[in-house]
Amino acid sequence: MHLGMRQSVLARTVGVSAAYLNLIEHNRRRIAGKLLIDIGRELGVDPALLSEGAESALIEALRDAAAGPVEHSHDMARPEDFAGRFPGWARLVVAQHRRIVALEHTAEALTDRLTHDPQLAASIHEVLSVVTAIRSTAGILAEPGEIDPDWQKRFHRNLYEDSRRLAESSQALVEYLDSADDETEPGLTLPQEELESWLERRGYHIGELEVEAPVSGKDVLLGADGMRGSPAAHSMALDYLAQYAMDARIMPLDRFRQAVAAAGPDPAVLAARFGCDLAAVFRRLASLPQEDAVPRIGLVQCDSSGTLTFRKPVDGFALPRFGAACPLWPLYQALVRPMTPIRMRVEQAGRNASAYLTYAISQPATPAGFEMPQVFRATMLILPEDLAGRDEAAAILPIGSSCRICPRSACQARREPSILTDGF
Amino acid sequence: MGKRVLLIEDEPNIIEAIRFVLSRAGYVVDTHSDGSTALGAIRSKAPDMVILDVMLPNKSGYDILRELRAEEGMAGLPVLMLTARGQKKDREMAERYGASRYMTKPFSNAEMINSVAELLDE
Repeated sequence: MHLGMRQSVLARTVGVSAAYLNLIEHNRRRIAGKLLIDIGRELGVDPALLSEGAESALIEALRDAAAGPVEHSHDMARPEDFAGRFPGWARLVVAQHRRIVALEHTAEALTDRLTHDPQLAASIHEVLSVVTAIRSTAGILAEPGEIDPDWQKRFHRNLYEDSRRLAESSQALVEYLDSADDETEPGLTLPQEELESWLERRGYHIGELEVEAPVSGKDVLLGADGMRGSPAAHSMALDYLAQYAMDARIMPLDRFRQAVAAAGPDPAVLAARFGCDLAAVFRRLASLPQEDAVPRIGLVQCDSSGTLTFRKPVDGFALPRFGAACPLWPLYQALVRPMTPIRMRVEQAGRNASAYLTYAISQPATPAGFEMPQVFRATMLILPEDLAGRDEAAAILPIGSSCRICPRSACQARREPSILTDGF
Repeated sequence: MGKRVLLIEDEPNIIEAIRFVLSRAGYVVDTHSDGSTALGAIRSKAPDMVILDVMLPNKSGYDILRELRAEEGMAGLPVLMLTARGQKKDREMAERYGASRYMTKPFSNAEMINSVAELLDE
């Protein structure tokens, strides 16, 4: 700012906000007419000079854009003509050029991080070093050959120490990879992950929408426990909150809790009680506030392509972070049998496997029409049996998380080999 | 007396296991754990071959190997590189810098013994 005048004072004097004046000063807003004259007067500067400053900045930015890897034609030698005749187009070219530069920078930073991240490299190196020590030491103990009792004792101690180190270093690696979900690391996560990360912090329960006069979704996101994050994540969050608000209106929290307390978490009974569809009841059950010592309820959704569009995890039921899930999930059975409710006991493979009662349904995601194919959304509720009650008579369907990490080698639904060659 | 192997590695339990396995197979094993003084250790111990870890404190195994190959009389010394990275570009880098052989962690004891025996023409 010229003449030592504070930006806020000048803004007040000429009747614009300090933020707007800041945009003008950095040539991000064009200045003309009465405002140009007023600012010129207050600064004691010829208005034409101020205008020219903006113009010259635009021309300079056009020159920068033209310096990129494009084929030059003779008319590009005179950017001032272009800026003068088509100022709107010129600003668009400059804005797009800046965006390209910013995106290139982001892409470079992410590539660099993925290939040269020292923390990730050190973490993986640590894990592999310990695994190497364990493999060699275990080999010595297991393979034929005489070992002095003192050495044997020593190798046993080494194995014990290394196994502890492996547990710690692999835990550190997992924590580091998990931290990529943190909103302070924008760009490494998908919008869906940003939304799920925020919902996790909120316990998948949005108190602001449970009151008689709920605030808008936008206000929830702007509130104290709101969501920072990408515009794409915000857009997904607004859709989620709109759905949440509608479910909360149809099934008010107090009445819904009373109904669950009276009838148990039976979606069919609750849907009949509140006169709504099953998917809405699934969502509502999964959004109940988490109470101590009560097992958490999980929820997953997918669209017609089978892509998981929403994941609320539950202990002991692994949800794949990337790629497709197990094709045996009742969620996918529902997708191929639209509008048919499915109730199934399932159990994932794994060391701490326990049975879950799942409910699934596939319903139209869009209004019916003749212009495009009907899109469906399948929803699956995952109830721990401690909560749902154990129906010993019902068969349990063995399922997995995703083929990559599933040890059920003989599974007919397998689409690729597992990386767990020996199971868990 | 068996042939002398110098193991340059900073992980104590890997050192202990490899030393045990190679000693049992009849080799004389010396060890060294610091990258910055590794070249001096190779000169002073004058081993028949070197097992060299890539990620060492203070200096990388690649730098040590490059400097080693530039020294007179060291071009033919067998060097087995150990690394936690098995990507093609890492293998290519090891070959470019003059590694005789490249082994990715984790490896079995049999692989280690076979590699050492082959590099020492046994």
